Amino acid sequence: MIINHPLLGPRDSEEFVYLGSTDLINRPDWESGTAAEDFHQYQYIRENVAGDNPELWYHEQGDQSWLVVTRNTLTHEIKSVELAADYARRMGRSK
Amino acid sequence: MSKVRYSAFKVLKEALSGHKGWEPVWRDAEPKTEGYDVIIVGGGGHGLATAYYLAKNHGITNVAVLERGWIGSGNVGRNTTIIRSNYLLPGNEPFYELSMQLWENLEQDINYNAMVSQRGIMNLIHSDAQRDAFVRRANSMLFADAGAEYLNQDDIKDRYPFLDVKNARFPIKGALSQPRGGTVRHDAVAWGYARAASNLGVDIIQNCEVKGFNIDNGVCSGVKTTKGDIKAGRVAVCVAGSSGRVMAQAGIKLPIESHVLQAFVTEGLKPVMDNVITFGAGHFYCSQSDKGGLVFGGDIDAYNTYAQRGNLPVVEDVCSGGMAIMPMIGRARLLRSWGGIMDMSMDGSPFIDKTEINELYFNGGWCYGGFKATPASGYCYAHLLATGEYHEVASAFRLDRFRRGAMIDEKGVGPQPNLH
Amino acid sequence: MNQINRIKGGIVDQSSELSFTFNGQSLKGYQGDTLASALLANNKHLVGRSFKYHRPRGIFTAGSEEPNAIMEIGTGAYQEPNTRATVTQLHDGLIANSQNHRGPLSFDFMAITDMFSPLLSAGFYYKTFMWPKAFWEKIYEPAIRNSAGLGRLSKQEDPDTYDKGFRYCDILIVGAGASGLSAALTAASSGAKVILADEDFLMGGRLNSETNEIDGMTGPQWAMNAVAKLNTMDNVTLMPDTTIFGAYDHGIYGAIENRANEARENNAKPRQVNWRIYSKRTILCAGATERAIAFGNNDRPGIMLASAVRTYLNRFAVATGESISVYTNNDDGWRTAKDLIDKGVNVEAVIDSRKISPVMEVPGARTFMNTNVVNTKGRRAIKSIKLSNGKTINTDTLAVSGGWNPNLHLTCHHRGVPKYNENICSFVPGESAPEGMTVAGRANGTMVLAKAIEEGHNKGIEAAKELGFDAKKSEHARTDNINYNITANWGVESGKERAWVDYQNDVTVKDIRLANLEGFKSVEHVKRYTTLGMATDQGKTANVLAIGVMSENLGKSVDDTGTTIFRPPYSPVAIGAFAGRRRAKEFYPTRYTPSHKWADEKGAVFVEVGMWYRAQWFPKQGETFWRDSVDREVRQTRASVGVCDVTTLGKIDLKGSDISEFLNRVYANAFAKVPVGKTRYGLMLREDGMAMDDGTTARLAEDHFVMTTTTANAVSVYRHLQFCHQCLWPDLDVHMISVTEQYAQYAVAGPNSRKLLQKIVDPDFDISNEALPFMGATELTVCGGTPARLFRISFSGELAYEIAVQTRYGDSLMRAIMEAGDEFDVVAYGTEALGVMRIEKGHAAGPELNGQTSAYDLGMGGMISGKKDFIGYTLGMREELQRDDRMQMVGFKPVNTGDLLQAGAHLVNIGDEPITYNDQGWISSCIYSPIMEHYIGLGFIKNGQNRKGETVRAVDLLRGNDVEVEIVSPHFVDPEGERLRV
Repeated sequence: MIINHPLLGPRDSEEFVYLGSTDLINRPDWESGTAAEDFHQYQYIRENVAGDNPELWYHEQGDQSWLVVTRNTLTHEIKSVELAADYARRMGRSK
Repeated sequence: MSKVRYSAFKVLKEALSGHKGWEPVWRDAEPKTEGYDVIIVGGGGHGLATAYYLAKNHGITNVAVLERGWIGSGNVGRNTTIIRSNYLLPGNEPFYELSMQLWENLEQDINYNAMVSQRGIMNLIHSDAQRDAFVRRANSMLFADAGAEYLNQDDIKDRYPFLDVKNARFPIKGALSQPRGGTVRHDAVAWGYARAASNLGVDIIQNCEVKGFNIDNGVCSGVKTTKGDIKAGRVAVCVAGSSGRVMAQAGIKLPIESHVLQAFVTEGLKPVMDNVITFGAGHFYCSQSDKGGLVFGGDIDAYNTYAQRGNLPVVEDVCSGGMAIMPMIGRARLLRSWGGIMDMSMDGSPFIDKTEINELYFNGGWCYGGFKATPASGYCYAHLLATGEYHEVASAFRLDRFRRGAMIDEKGVGPQPNLH
Repeated sequence: MNQINRIKGGIVDQSSELSFTFNGQSLKGYQGDTLASALLANNKHLVGRSFKYHRPRGIFTAGSEEPNAIMEIGTGAYQEPNTRATVTQLHDGLIANSQNHRGPLSFDFMAITDMFSPLLSAGFYYKTFMWPKAFWEKIYEPAIRNSAGLGRLSKQEDPDTYDKGFRYCDILIVGAGASGLSAALTAASSGAKVILADEDFLMGGRLNSETNEIDGMTGPQWAMNAVAKLNTMDNVTLMPDTTIFGAYDHGIYGAIENRANEARENNAKPRQVNWRIYSKRTILCAGATERAIAFGNNDRPGIMLASAVRTYLNRFAVATGESISVYTNNDDGWRTAKDLIDKGVNVEAVIDSRKISPVMEVPGARTFMNTNVVNTKGRRAIKSIKLSNGKTINTDTLAVSGGWNPNLHLTCHHRGVPKYNENICSFVPGESAPEGMTVAGRANGTMVLAKAIEEGHNKGIEAAKELGFDAKKSEHARTDNINYNITANWGVESGKERAWVDYQNDVTVKDIRLANLEGFKSVEHVKRYTTLGMATDQGKTANVLAIGVMSENLGKSVDDTGTTIFRPPYSPVAIGAFAGRRRAKEFYPTRYTPSHKWADEKGAVFVEVGMWYRAQWFPKQGETFWRDSVDREVRQTRASVGVCDVTTLGKIDLKGSDISEFLNRVYANAFAKVPVGKTRYGLMLREDGMAMDDGTTARLAEDHFVMTTTTANAVSVYRHLQFCHQCLWPDLDVHMISVTEQYAQYAVAGPNSRKLLQKIVDPDFDISNEALPFMGATELTVCGGTPARLFRISFSGELAYEIAVQTRYGDSLMRAIMEAGDEFDVVAYGTEALGVMRIEKGHAAGPELNGQTSAYDLGMGGMISGKKDFIGYTLGMREELQRDDRMQMVGFKPVNTGDLLQAGAHLVNIGDEPITYNDQGWISSCIYSPIMEHYIGLGFIKNGQNRKGETVRAVDLLRGNDVEVEIVSPHFVDPEGERLRV
């Protein structure tokens, strides 16, 4: 596969390490009353999308950036690639 | 219904009369309008074995196995045929040992030669730490009466002169061997169980895709299929590889991701190796089939996918692993590759459980190790379906184990499915 | 007699004679021959044996689809099994041997299996060999395995090398026949970067085998001109003898280039190159493959595809016999008769199953329309054929054409499904070819040459235009429109005679019928039950025929019967080529530490630690047993001072105003308030609460920390921290970089370590106990101005330091330390002594941090703060992880101190049977302690932290060891930690 890095251009997927769905960005609040269940869902239960799946790839043999790659799990077609930090900020992550 | 008993005598008799007296191995059925006591969704090895043990062990014969395509078209027809019971953890080892015992008696049990061949499986050891971990595992196996042997460097050199013991990047210092491990003719497992189940009255319905579940007030009463609605007392899902998609129809999310595992076979070669060799440090394992092909594989492709195909990096990585320790295979040609979709669970271990919906049961999450589990999976799933109780050796395979913190993580890599 | 079947002409160099041997017999051929054409030139038809019945087999095709002519090429370690003679370029000195027979090829002892063939029907083994139970593995299976397989591996290391390469293009064209060349010409003229690859060593495809005229030239001339023109263009790369074996994601194609057209013995050049081709568009112009017709005994040597007879005749100037007959169901078969006549070869008969008038005049031949061949005779070579009209015709070659199957394999590699086309009685590409791929010519079902050329021409333009290149209108090549008419003929009723579908695996029409009878009705089921299409040729000539046979059996249309799809590789690829240079020692990179050269000089024994080589111990003269050295290294370190290279530990440099906060979230223990100049032990958990890694992290300045990780997790911890920063807390002011290999780091341990270091550290710096107490960290200079970092940390439990300098000074620093330590009798110690001392001190390491243990299990629950959020907190609190009877880390010592204790033993209570149910835990790390003078171990046992003093059994059933051990504190040496604070 080829991942079109937003800063570095097209790179072979061999340069990357795959983690999983971008759901892993939405780390729950540990002080919430439902924290135990929230963390269980966050860490263990997966959408396992059959279709466009926003997922986390790490450019280990490159600039060490985490990317959000939206890739179709049925066809492997990649729709978009962006820096995970930007995506995370959009999801409300900050400090 | 076919009740023809298979034997050398029968084959001889048919040979003399032009093989005209054979009957279908299993009966192709259409759904009964009155429905079934149990519907098994998925006509793979596990589903067919479940049907067989429901009928044989529990006398429940009003059973249908629904298969989207042709039976055995999933991972039972797409694997590297290895059987073993060399697990570490108490949640796993007794289960796989039951499976091994069922394999050992399978042919007589179902009157079908699936060519269970206990030629041994060997895990190579390259460091002291790895040896200690394998000794721990070997003792788990011996505690469960599964058998294990330690091979030292000289044993390995004697038995497998083609292994590059000394000059490899990771010299081979020893090996854990399970002499009872081996291989089975994978397709025959599906056909043999189908035949045996069919003979006991189970309906095997091919080309029947489940499109949804009929659920009222939290109770599942049947399935919607491409052949219409079918009623059922219990619905048992058993569709590893498609678990996510099928269970989503019941609104259930799972601790499972779908990944592709590639496997490979070479052209037929005169015998060069008699057992299964696992080079864990190099992500390579290999055995030679009765037809002469070297059957080998390695790691999954590491990204979520439902496409039954992999990519080149893994192909090259696996072949490099082979060339790292068995440099004689350089001139053997890779003939065929295939990709199977694995239910990769969050701790690398499977599920045989009830679900939050009454009368809807789930069996899946077998990662890349489902084939060897086929008999015990069917046996224990049938037990659960028939009695409502968890079979003793499968009692850890619960869907809620992550909520409780009772993971069965053989590799210790945590909740990252592609590492299991 | 030399080359008795050779005629004049062809595209072989008849002035350049080559010698080769087949089964020991010396034979001649010409430059430009394949092994198969050279064998046929010498009238060698019998070249092999089939897999199951050991039937005599002759050369059947002239291409990569060959099922029969597979042999062992080369000798010794160079021997390559299962090599298709039809694609093996002849070279001088080539050695070929037939395979899969016992005794000589012409009297194969195993041919006896053919007599038992009625017993050996499809799937017979599933129905028998079950009694008595023990016999399967002891008698039946060994017998089956003994006769299994085809060619032999040498069992020696492959002596050849293989290269790997990468190429990039705009348009990849697969196949250099008429349509491929046409596509390449238009695509290349647009300026697009084009790669044209063909599996044949001679480009031109079928044009080289046919007698068409194109643009007033012969086909081969036209092809040669086109290739020559492309060759002059800078934007074109020609790759002959290169098989595109697979279509992968995003326009990536796998290709194998053969460079073996010369003797391999002691040949330093790579045998093959494994190319990864990155393309934006691909035009598949892979042509088509002819198939046979199933009739009685259709497998004898001398029965060949009609197209192959033409190839041997036209391209290789070989007449495969003296009286040749043709059997066809389509117009194309007639061309074989015509070409033979034109070349002066006698055609005995043309038999056409269609109820039409003869397609052309064939002088001298008898023509039979609406007639089939029903049987043949001739054990080792065909002698005669019997027709459905009762006539018998003597013939020495039967050219069979059952029609052409488009080579659409690559269109299926992304699981595209082909569809049946009634007009050509075969399958054509379906809708879902891989993204970016189009198909032209016969691969697309365009069977008429003139149209195939036009299609290739147009698709070349189209692809270029899609990519924004200026593809100008131009004239495509012209040739006569010769129609291709066909009427399906899958097989003929042959009574008791067997009719082969898969020649190599011996699958006959009867086998397919039996499978259907037994309920195997899906094509995939039939394939698996009969082994159809599973041989080395992957059923290239068999699969479509089998589907036709099935459709007749089942009374269904071909469409409803189904199809199989194809997966990579298109044709078999050597494992060595996939591995490339990455094999044996080069399997993984090799990393040496900065002191490696020095350690090597000192005679160190090295051990692989991941990719690193580390000194394991340093044997002194007279030490013959490893433990002599290790015990000495431990004693000397604990008595005075020792030095160990710990460079392999991961090192991460962190800067920014939020580092404290960041560390506080990634470590389980408190990190918010580490003072500048202090180091702290940190335990890092995974989010699931399990220990992931540990190490020390020092605060060098308000906004500057340096972290160490374990060697094993250096990469994964860094990745994890980057995840935490970029994905969880992107706005924290955190910057980090891995500096693992930028610093050389040495542990200096033992009571005299400070004294030693004082000699190294420049006098401006005070490293006294007051100035640099336990867990202190500082930056200073050593050896007269070399910047260094000094951490007062201890893995051994002794007064100890770790000192880091830039890697370039690592070697010098090691030498300086050893020189300075001479007066203290300093000892260099390796990883073994390191391990001994950490176990004596009770530090958890890899075997304890195995991913299955929590902070609580490791006895570090007390460090966990409930007052902060950190990775692993919430899930670490789950009920099962908080149970008292979890297996917890403790120390073990043998009750009888003379007993051997080894890691991997399991623990059971005294009096309990060693069974799973009674399993209490296990020993994770174990060593002989030269300080305690007995074996000691670390391990995990249920509720261990409350069971100190209790005696249990450590049972090692694997090695037959069973000893009583006492549960003790894991801290064997200096449990109070006094030594490290002095």
